[in-house]
Amino acid sequence: MLNWWLPENVSTYGQEIDWLFHLIYYITGGVFLLVTVALLSFLVIYRDRPGRRARYTHGNTPLEIVWTVVPALILVVLTFLSVPAWSRIKMTMPQTDFVVQVTGKQFNWQVTYPGPDGRFGTADDKTFLDEMHVPVGKPIRVNLRSQDVIHSFFVPQFRFKQDAVPGREIPQWFEVTKPGQYEVPCAELCGFGHSGMRAWVYAHTAEDYTRWAAENLRAGAAPAAPEAKKEPEKPVAKTGGRAKK
Amino acid sequence: MSATSATAHAHTAHAAHHEVGFVRTYIFSTDHKMIARQFLFLGLFMMIIGGLLALMVRWQLAWPETPVPGLGWVLTETGGILEPSQYNMAFTMHATIMIFFVIMPILAGAFGNFCIPLMIGARDMAFPFLNMLSFWVAALSGVLMLAGFFVPGGHAAAGWTSYAPLSSVPEYTGTNWGQNLWCISLFVLGVSSMMGAINYITTIINMRAPGMRLFRMPLVVWSLFITAILLLLALPVLTSGVAMLLFDRTLGTNWFKPSGGGEPLLWQHLFWYFGHPEVYILILPAMGIASEILPVFARKPIFGYHAMAFSMIAIAFLSWVVYGHHMFVSGMNPALGMSFMVTTMIIAVPSAIKTFNWLGTLWGGRIQFTVPMLNALAFVWMFVIGGLSGIFMASTPVDIYIQDTYFIVAHIHYVVFGGSIFGAFAAIYYWFPKMFGRLMNTALGHLHFWPTFVFFNLTFFPMHIIGVGGQMRRIYNPLQYEFLQHQQHWNVLITISAIGLGIAQIPFVINFFWSLFAGPKAPLNPWNSNTLEWTAPSPPPHLNWGPTVPTVYRGPYEYTSPESREDFLPQSQPPLVRAGTSRH
Ligand code: HEM
Ligand SMILES: [Cu+2]
Ligand SMILES: [Cu+2]
Repeated sequence: MLNWWLPENVSTYGQEIDWLFHLIYYITGGVFLLVTVALLSFLVIYRDRPGRRARYTHGNTPLEIVWTVVPALILVVLTFLSVPAWSRIKMTMPQTDFVVQVTGKQFNWQVTYPGPDGRFGTADDKTFLDEMHVPVGKPIRVNLRSQDVIHSFFVPQFRFKQDAVPGREIPQWFEVTKPGQYEVPCAELCGFGHSGMRAWVYAHTAEDYTRWAAENLRAGAAPAAPEAKKEPEKPVAKTGGRAKK
Repeated sequence: MSATSATAHAHTAHAAHHEVGFVRTYIFSTDHKMIARQFLFLGLFMMIIGGLLALMVRWQLAWPETPVPGLGWVLTETGGILEPSQYNMAFTMHATIMIFFVIMPILAGAFGNFCIPLMIGARDMAFPFLNMLSFWVAALSGVLMLAGFFVPGGHAAAGWTSYAPLSSVPEYTGTNWGQNLWCISLFVLGVSSMMGAINYITTIINMRAPGMRLFRMPLVVWSLFITAILLLLALPVLTSGVAMLLFDRTLGTNWFKPSGGGEPLLWQHLFWYFGHPEVYILILPAMGIASEILPVFARKPIFGYHAMAFSMIAIAFLSWVVYGHHMFVSGMNPALGMSFMVTTMIIAVPSAIKTFNWLGTLWGGRIQFTVPMLNALAFVWMFVIGGLSGIFMASTPVDIYIQDTYFIVAHIHYVVFGGSIFGAFAAIYYWFPKMFGRLMNTALGHLHFWPTFVFFNLTFFPMHIIGVGGQMRRIYNPLQYEFLQHQQHWNVLITISAIGLGIAQIPFVINFFWSLFAGPKAPLNPWNSNTLEWTAPSPPPHLNWGPTVPTVYRGPYEYTSPESREDFLPQSQPPLVRAGTSRH
């Protein structure tokens, strides 16, 4: 089946979004075809020809009712079909013990793990620049923050997007279904470095993740830097409590 | 540009205007038709600037970090290569100029001023002096906006939406006076729009000719009436918003700065509370124009006049309660997102009603493919695409993915270019004979329309595709992302088409100026239309009609009426025989 240019989906709720996308695609595509065929055939059939007079009519109330009620019904159904996906994705938080804090700043994503004590804001927190490691098959809770302007954490293949707003912490979640390495662009204009503000999510199998965590999240481990970074030597500020400028 | 043509006009028409001097006739004129022409020239001039900025943006996206042809002498340091901050400035100013200084001046400013008094049978606007002020304040605002290009630090670069705190703290963009001028200019423009709106509303309520009942008004007047109400209520919200933004930037207030206890989302609420009604301010006059032109060239009454008027009223009401659909993933409470999804779905219904009524108007007509008609038909067809793509984004889960991608950019342009700009072209071709007293050239009109239509679609349709592929809006270089590289060929195609779209406007410019000075003299009613403006001389003199204004006997769309042997029946033509006596 054609995927209509969508990138491959690798998250649990991504399928629901893609399903709705395709449904709307077929509905609107059908409506567009209908309107186009009607329009073009009217233009051909009713083109100006000698001897023809136009039909004198001011309208038709039953028709008017039909083309008000039918689109309204379609849109109501579409609304009802959209509600469950929205509330599952944005309004509920699945039970999970996996929490990371993601802080946007001009022009990087800081990814902070709570460390062995399981709490943020303590000395054993571990912060990585522009990389996030998660296991597949487990809901991941992301607490999104920003230090300066609004950024937007966008993972196209997870169908995940959420703005990070300074002064707030916004909890979100996703669950990855397939191990791999996924690009995380920033989707909200955040300054001259907006383009290229990008991180990677590494989704590991459960065993691989355990191994990675043992090596990198232990109390003594220095933040690993497997990929080339923009500014690896730059000190990474810890943010505790309300994000400050 | 407006100055030179005004001078040229002065020579030909000087003799006739001895009562009022040159300055009062062509510059500080209180005549609604002259003000309309001034707004038209302002809009067309700004369209050139806005268009060139768009081509700069497109060049960078197709061939990133290569010199933009012709820009070498401006950007001497880089030899014509746009830097990221300049790129941000280019798209910010492209959108700002197109929305506030092209579409609003042409549709609401020029055609609002031209059509309202002439089509309701008034001799001028209710407040002619205020009307003049409204243009000159808008012109001042335009000068302030253009001045921003010349200040150190460059012009505003935070997007036309200027989200705080990026826009409210100078250090975040490095822009200082550019963004300040952006705020000041829009503040001034808000004042201008207020003056215009008050004038339009008062004129329509109070100054209709005898017999011009509300439901005998042409639909374009209805659309401008509703637009004026939206302007009156929406613009002050933006005006206050930009003032607050300016205070944050210069006086140390903290409306939008969290570090001082402010709230960044407040800006978005204010902006979109204005912004959504604004998009209808941009499209409603074009809807009115299409509703005016389709019946004329289908030689048939508009289908469902009342449905057309009431659907516009419904759009106006609903446009206040959908603005949150721009903020689904902004961090606003997701429960609110749910209610805004419901209202957004509802606002698509009146748009559907209008589309079907336009089709109904064509059904059974005698369709004449004149240049204004072609543009009006393109409006209808392209607006359908823009309206349908809106439904994708109205569905909140789908919007999570496509928000802030090129899909949105495609949607915007199908509604504002496919809709408003084709509407503006339709209006220019249709009313030009009345406005300037001369006919435009039909062959050049076709040479303008067809390439514009084709290149428009080649430019903007593929944006849906790269948007679905995930390409973000407002990025400097798509090649910085691995997941976007495979679709770069679309960006190249889009840019080439955009250049074609730009070139396609040359016949229009030639046609416009050539016809202005050398076109054949226009007759009173070249299209055999029914509405009142066609009973005034071309161009209409000061005060529009001779000693008496026309009296209105019927609705505006009595084409092919059995009451008349001709296929049209002007609103002002008295009934020949009384219904009772016609029997024998
Ligand atoms: C059928 C009716 C319409 C629906 C359902 C609709 C829906 C939407 C939605 C949901 C968005 C937000 C998308 C996002 O940012 O994620 C949007 C954006 C936009 N719409 Fe529409 N729309 C409709 C008609 C129009 C019309 C008539 C216009 C203008 C003439 C318009 C102009 C815009 C613009 C300019 C934006 C982008 C604003 C920005 O972010 O810069 N829309 N539309
Ligand atoms: Cu960004
Ligand atoms: Cu909107």
